[in-house]
Amino acid sequence: MRRIATRLGALVLTFAALAGCEREARKFQTPPARNAIARPVRLTTLQPGDSLPGRDGAGPYDENAWAISEGERLYNQYNCVGCHFHGGGGIGPPLMDAQWIYGSAPQAIHDTIVEGRPNGMPSYGGHVPDDQVWKIEAYVRTLSGQASKAAEPGRTDHMQARPSEQSTPKRKPEGEKAEHPG
Amino acid sequence: MSGISAAACLLLFAGHPPAHSALASAGPQAARIESLWWLFFWVCSAVFLLVMAALAVGLVRDRTPEEAGAAPGPIPPEARRRRTRVVAVATAITALILFVFLFASTGTGRAIASLSRSDRSDAMTVEVTGHQWWWEVQYIDPVPGQRVTTANEIHIPVGRPVRIRTASHDVIHSFWVPSLHGKRDLIPGHDSEDFWLQADRPGVYRGQCAEFCGHQHAHMAFLVIADPPDRFAAWLDAQRQPAATPATPQALRGQDLFVHLQCALCHAVEGTDAGGRVGPDLTHVASRRTLAAATLPNTRGHLSDWIVDSQRIKPGNPMPPTRLAGEDLESILAYLESLK
Repeated sequence: MRRIATRLGALVLTFAALAGCEREARKFQTPPARNAIARPVRLTTLQPGDSLPGRDGAGPYDENAWAISEGERLYNQYNCVGCHFHGGGGIGPPLMDAQWIYGSAPQAIHDTIVEGRPNGMPSYGGHVPDDQVWKIEAYVRTLSGQASKAAEPGRTDHMQARPSEQSTPKRKPEGEKAEHPG
Repeated sequence: MSGISAAACLLLFAGHPPAHSALASAGPQAARIESLWWLFFWVCSAVFLLVMAALAVGLVRDRTPEEAGAAPGPIPPEARRRRTRVVAVATAITALILFVFLFASTGTGRAIASLSRSDRSDAMTVEVTGHQWWWEVQYIDPVPGQRVTTANEIHIPVGRPVRIRTASHDVIHSFWVPSLHGKRDLIPGHDSEDFWLQADRPGVYRGQCAEFCGHQHAHMAFLVIADPPDRFAAWLDAQRQPAATPATPQALRGQDLFVHLQCALCHAVEGTDAGGRVGPDLTHVASRRTLAAATLPNTRGHLSDWIVDSQRIKPGNPMPPTRLAGEDLESILAYLESLK
């Protein structure tokens, strides 16, 4: 009887451990880049009639450690660092602080990358595949500790002046000029 | 997937399979490694056969009268001495063989290194950078405009030692052309010592990453092509030229698409606005023999497959799939094929 209980316990533990595999899931067959924006990005909350349902759901990769590290690679390779630096900001606004001009929600960050924003942020829609935009979005949110601690990188492979994303305290988003619209 | 790879291998190496064997050496260093290998092989074979023979004799031979004696008791002193002697002799021979191996191995290592000790300030330097999962190859030149960047293909002149400088972009890789040299690890963030390659016979020698480096480690190969010096010089001269302006309207349209769609975010073509340094330089992509780190032969069909959905051929590689209208794809293919 006790042996059966032990085995059952082991089985339950195994399945519990398997649930953690989602963190490392790697999807290689991703949809190709769209060369047209499927849905226009809303830049204002003003609209006739009732407001639309909120779009502040999670991004597809917010819980995936591999996608976040891919996002970091793309962030560097696509030269996001050129303006935003490694989160500290310079030419573009910093990404590691609590200030979010156009919203901190995954969808808002995604839209910012795809559509661009006034005063300098170019539009990458049609150039960077949507899937990669979501990976970059997942990484950008780790810079201010917005993403899940279970998925954020605990260390980086390169020299870095700031602590790892995992040790970055979560900054409460403040000063969102436009409450992510819609 | 495996079907594609197998077919690709057949196509790629039909007729003249590139040499990929430490036992088919084509240079002075590989020749030393090859003789070391044969020394190990013959000595180890002899030891194996002797041990097996001794075992067989021990199994077959009748036991000596005192051993056959019924009562298990203390071994007689004479038999004990004989056994001690046999064990001592065997141990001494083993130690001797190991020392022979040690000296032979050290001698080989020194012989390989001796190529770099002589003064060769005029020698050509090639910088090889390992990426997940391809090889970036740069021919260093004091004049920046004369630098040549290519991928997965190293051309060298026959009979002249070439200095190889290695680096890694991401994880540990290992540079291994068995017909020319032993394995050399590429460590990220660490400048490893330069080494030398020399081919004494013209030919195509296959190289392979020899340190597990991730999902597509097995598809991280390259070719070393040893040409007679005049042919090599002509090749280097051609590679130094920027990409030619496309001759046909279709290829011209392809160039426009290449620069303005997502291709240019990662790939560079000298002489155009495409300057991405993430993926392989495509300035002379049509002059290369293979695609995707010697995974596929460089044909229009494979190039098309690769652009549309490279993840089907090499899952996990950083190139995203691309959705292109048929006409656009044809134009881009025409353009890439014009990049001789």
